[in-house]
Amino acid sequence: MTTYSYFPGCSANSTGISYTKSADFVCKKIGIELEEIPEWCCCGTSAAKLTSYDLGYALPSRSLALAEKLDASRPIVAPCAGCYAALKDALVYAQASKENLEHVRDMINMPYEASVQVMNLLEVFSTQEAKDALQQQITKPLSAFKVACYYGCALVRPVEVCKFDDPEDPQSMDTIMRLAGAEPIDWSFKTECCGAAQQMAVPKPSRVLIERIFQNAEANGANAIVTACPLCWMNLDMRVKAINKERAEAGKPAFDLPVFFFTELLGVALGGDAKTLGIDVHFQPGAPAFIDQKVKESAQIEEERKLAAAEEARKLEERAAKLAAKKQAKAEDVHSPQGGEQ
Amino acid sequence: MKIVDLTVIPADDRTAVAAIAAEAQVNFKDCYQCGKCSAGCPMVQGMDLMPREVIRYLQLGKVQEVLNSKTPWVCAQCGVCTARCPQNVDICATMRAVRHAAKDAGITPVREADVFEDEFIKNVRAHGRSNEQYLAMKYNLRSGHLMQDVDSAPAMFARGMIGIATHNIDSRDEVSALIDRVLQNNGAAKEAPKGGDAS
Repeated sequence: MTTYSYFPGCSANSTGISYTKSADFVCKKIGIELEEIPEWCCCGTSAAKLTSYDLGYALPSRSLALAEKLDASRPIVAPCAGCYAALKDALVYAQASKENLEHVRDMINMPYEASVQVMNLLEVFSTQEAKDALQQQITKPLSAFKVACYYGCALVRPVEVCKFDDPEDPQSMDTIMRLAGAEPIDWSFKTECCGAAQQMAVPKPSRVLIERIFQNAEANGANAIVTACPLCWMNLDMRVKAINKERAEAGKPAFDLPVFFFTELLGVALGGDAKTLGIDVHFQPGAPAFIDQKVKESAQIEEERKLAAAEEARKLEERAAKLAAKKQAKAEDVHSPQGGEQ
Repeated sequence: MKIVDLTVIPADDRTAVAAIAAEAQVNFKDCYQCGKCSAGCPMVQGMDLMPREVIRYLQLGKVQEVLNSKTPWVCAQCGVCTARCPQNVDICATMRAVRHAAKDAGITPVREADVFEDEFIKNVRAHGRSNEQYLAMKYNLRSGHLMQDVDSAPAMFARGMIGIATHNIDSRDEVSALIDRVLQNNGAAKEAPKGGDAS
């Protein structure tokens, strides 16, 4: 059992409820405990940084100091990519110099050592311990799922802050999905921006960002998009309806790709049902039906694979038996008067 | 094509560029105008200057063009420009620094972006946490885009994603005091004379 200090983030109980529910389910299944940091506050995200650099460091640092108070020996896990980036950015800043640390202490007016590590949820599931536990617990491999793993910006950028996966072609989510039996597709929009908060402030130029992500995932043969960020998820799952409407007016076909959190699909592979995992509250109403359909297809594929494997084993056995019979015949031949002169 | 007079760059403009460079910790002369930032920028379709052009104007000391540009306000802060810059110019941080400088000069070329950040911080200041439903509501009221995203609200309510109740933390006074303290200190620092020329 590994325990982490838990920073849920502001969307955990609202638009990101499916992420929270499914992460809870999967963590419990594989023996990861999340203890919420008491009195954590909003990380400020890009809004704080755009208001003032200092505010961008001070807001997340307050929660980092509270996590130290809770238990300085364990890492913090922040499932939301935006929170993760803000917390880690503030941590890296305070660790850079004594002056920076002193400056942060002054701003937050609390004891603070900048000693607690910050992790995102993909990192937690990438540990050997978690991978081993997942492998043991998977009962429904996702064999019919062809997923476009969408990482977005904040998990990998700024590069010198995140330092967790390749900034252009990250692999952590792909590896986790493969472990669950799914097939991650190769595509070009893994770390492209979804537009984040600009979807509200400057919607016109921002919409096309979402459209391109769907387009590229579909063109590369995905049947679902998978995210590790509640803001990315909401932008994609909620706004595709309006995009499809515009596409219909322009005579273009609608996108038909459900968007999931990686924890939801892991939860399915671990035997969780749609309601427990929060899949029933998606904006795209087809998500639960898609899961049912693909789980059935996956079971069928697994059955076919088993039959094929059994057939293969039978053939091998047959061949081995034939070979053994031949050897025997040869050996008998050797022992016969003509062959056995020596 | 616009004619740019490079024979006269006012001293104030040079100082303003130096302040932006200092805040973003960038030496604009590092940029050799390869354009990789602009090729990878997902938001260029909404910009009046390419990110590369913003850096070019700053290299030339033409700060007014940059302060009046929509580009830093349309920027989504995704950081792909900085990640790909072969010269390690932090373009993303430059966009932030330009926004701060423009706002200080009373210029907000994309009012909506300014209103959004402002309402976001007010929301956190009041509750300690961000309450998405009220943020969206206040943003719509202040920006004048009354019906934006309203069609998504019933689905969110019906599914229990959002409600009337706000998420508050007990120590929200601490958070509001922290925000006030930091912003007041920032204001005081801006009044003080600035030293150093980073460009």
